[in-house]
Amino acid sequence: MATAAPTAPGAAGDDAPAPVDNPRPRWRGGETRAALLFVAPAMIGFLAFFAWPTLRGLYLSFTDYDLLTSADFSGLDNYRRLLEDEVFWNSLWVTLKYVVINISVQTFAALLLAVLIHRLTRSVVLRGIILLPYLISNVVVALLWYWMADYNLGVINEMLGWVGFDPVAFFGDESWSIPTLALVNVWRHLGYTALLIFAGLQMINRDVYEAAAVDGAGEVRIFFRITLPLLRPVMALVLVLTVIGSWQIFDTVAVTTQGGPVDATRVVQYYIYDQAFNRFDFGYASAISVVLFLILAGVALAQLKLLRADESDQS
Amino acid sequence: MRTTSRPHGSGTVRRWNVGRLLAWVALFVIIVITLAPFLWMARTALSNNRVLFTEPGSWLPVDFTWGPFERVLGSASTEEAQAEGGSGASLRFWAYLRNSVIVSTLITLGQVFFSAMAAYAFARLRWPGRDKVFFVFVTALMVPPVFTMLPNFVLIKNLGLLNTYPGIIAPFFFMTPFAVFFLRQFFLGISREVEEAAMIDGAGYFRIFFRVILPMSSAPLATLGVLTFINAWNEYFWPQLVGQEESVRVLTVALSAFHSSTPQTGPDWAGLMAATLIAAVPTMLLFLAFGRRIVNSIQFTGVR
Repeated sequence: MATAAPTAPGAAGDDAPAPVDNPRPRWRGGETRAALLFVAPAMIGFLAFFAWPTLRGLYLSFTDYDLLTSADFSGLDNYRRLLEDEVFWNSLWVTLKYVVINISVQTFAALLLAVLIHRLTRSVVLRGIILLPYLISNVVVALLWYWMADYNLGVINEMLGWVGFDPVAFFGDESWSIPTLALVNVWRHLGYTALLIFAGLQMINRDVYEAAAVDGAGEVRIFFRITLPLLRPVMALVLVLTVIGSWQIFDTVAVTTQGGPVDATRVVQYYIYDQAFNRFDFGYASAISVVLFLILAGVALAQLKLLRADESDQS
Repeated sequence: MRTTSRPHGSGTVRRWNVGRLLAWVALFVIIVITLAPFLWMARTALSNNRVLFTEPGSWLPVDFTWGPFERVLGSASTEEAQAEGGSGASLRFWAYLRNSVIVSTLITLGQVFFSAMAAYAFARLRWPGRDKVFFVFVTALMVPPVFTMLPNFVLIKNLGLLNTYPGIIAPFFFMTPFAVFFLRQFFLGISREVEEAAMIDGAGYFRIFFRVILPMSSAPLATLGVLTFINAWNEYFWPQLVGQEESVRVLTVALSAFHSSTPQTGPDWAGLMAATLIAAVPTMLLFLAFGRRIVNSIQFTGVR
C-alpha cells in the first residue's frame, strides 16, 4: 500500500535462487545491457531533474547567490538570517493556519462523503461528478472563486445580502483571506480525497457489514465500531498525502492575493518564490526550501509511524 | 448493482427511513456545492459584462450574448468588445491554447514512453542493482517539487533554455517516479509465458517490449497518459518560472496574468470566465471519454 512496500519482495530476489528456468550465470550480459538501455532515458531524467537539483538545492542554501555572479559559499549565514526573519516566521505561521483549516475541513467532509457514497450508491457517474473540480487547474479554480467571492459583484456576497449579512472582502480582509483560500482548495480536492478514502472502504470486507446488520447494529454504530477502526491506516496515508500537498500551497495565492493583504497570505512557498524571483536571493530562498523540506519530511515520518502502529493493532 | 439485487434480509441500508433520507440530502447538498460554481462560470461567460452588475444574483445569463467567447477567441472587433465591457486588447488566446497543447502532448508522450521503458527493465529484466536503483527512484516521490524547482530553474537558465518549449517540458519529459511505479505494477502482472514464447521465436528484448508488453498494457498506458496530460495541462508553477514569454506562454500562465492586467474600467469577468471555461474543455473531454477509468484508477497504488 505504501510506496515502499512493493519493493520488498523484489529486494530479496538478488540473493534468492534464480528462477528455475534460468540455470545460467546470475546475470546474462545481453539482458543487463538491454536493461541499461531501457532505463537510460528515465535515468537521465532522474539524475538531471530529481537527484542533482536535490543536492544542488542543499548546496545553494549555504551560499550567497543572485543568479548573475557565481554562488559564494557563506556557511550558515542564510540559516542565521532565517532565525531573525520575522516575515519567514510569519509565513510559517500563516501556512500552518492554512494547513490546519484546509486539512481538518477537507478530511471530515471527505470522510463523510466517502461513507455516504459507500453506504448509499455504487454509481460511477456520481463518483465522476465529485471528481470534476480536481480536473481543472488551480489557476482556473482560483479565478472562478475570486470572481464568485468578489466584494462588489460576487454571487456569494449577493446571497449573504439576501439573508441580511454585510458583504465580506473574502480575499482582501486579513482575517478572512486564509480561511477563504483554505476552503477554495477544499472545494477542489474534496472529491479526490473522498475517492481515495472510498478506495480504502472498498477494501473492507462486505461480510463485516452484513454481520453487523444481522446483529442489529445501526449505521452510526457501524461507522464508529467497524468503519473507522478498519479505515485508520488508510486515513493515515490519506493524511500524509494531503498534508504534504497542503503545505505547498502556492498557485491559488499567486493568482489571487499575491501574499497580501500585508503578509496575511504570504505562505512559505510564496515567500520562497518572492525571495528567488523578485529579490534574486537564490541562496536564501534555497535555505527556506530546505526548512520546508525538513518540515514535510518530519510530517511524513510522524504520520507513517502512526500508520505502522495502527497496522500492527489491526493484525 | 450487485447489492441491489440481494434479498432484503441481508441489506443493511435498503430500508427507507429518516436516516437514509438525511444521508441522501447530505449527498445532494455536496453535489450542488460541487456543481454550482461550474454553472456560475457558464452563466457569467454568456453575460454582457457591461450590465453584469445589474443582476448579480441571477443564475441565468444577464443580457445573453456569445460576446465573451468571441472576445476571447479574437473574432470580436475592438468596438464590439468594448461595447460589452471588454478591454478590446488582443488576448492571443489561440497562441496560448496551441502552446498548452504542444507542451502537454509532448510531456505525455515522453513521460509515458520513457517511464514504460524503465518500468519494463525494473519489472521484467534481471540485472545487477535493479531493486536498489528502483528504490532510489521511488524515494524521489518524497522530494517536494518546490525543493527541486529552484535548482532546476538555474539549470534550465544555464542551458539557455529559458522561454523555450524544451525548457518547459524537460523536467517532466523523461520520467516521474509515479509513472515508473504505476507501470511497473502492471508489468509485474503480465504472464511470463507470453514473453518466453516470443523469445523462443527469436524476438529480442526490444521486440518483446514493443510487440508484447506495450500492446498488452494498453489500458494502464491510456489511464496514465490521460492523468499525465491533465496534470501537464494544469501545471502552473514551473511554466510560469521558465515560460513567461508570449511565444511559449501556456494557458494557465496567461490566465493568471489577468489579475495584474485588470483594466481601470473594471474587470472583464465575462471574458475571463469564457477563457477559463475554454481552458477547462480539453480535460473535461478527456474525462468524458475516460471517466470510468480515471475514477477507478484512484487506488492505493502510491501517490496521486
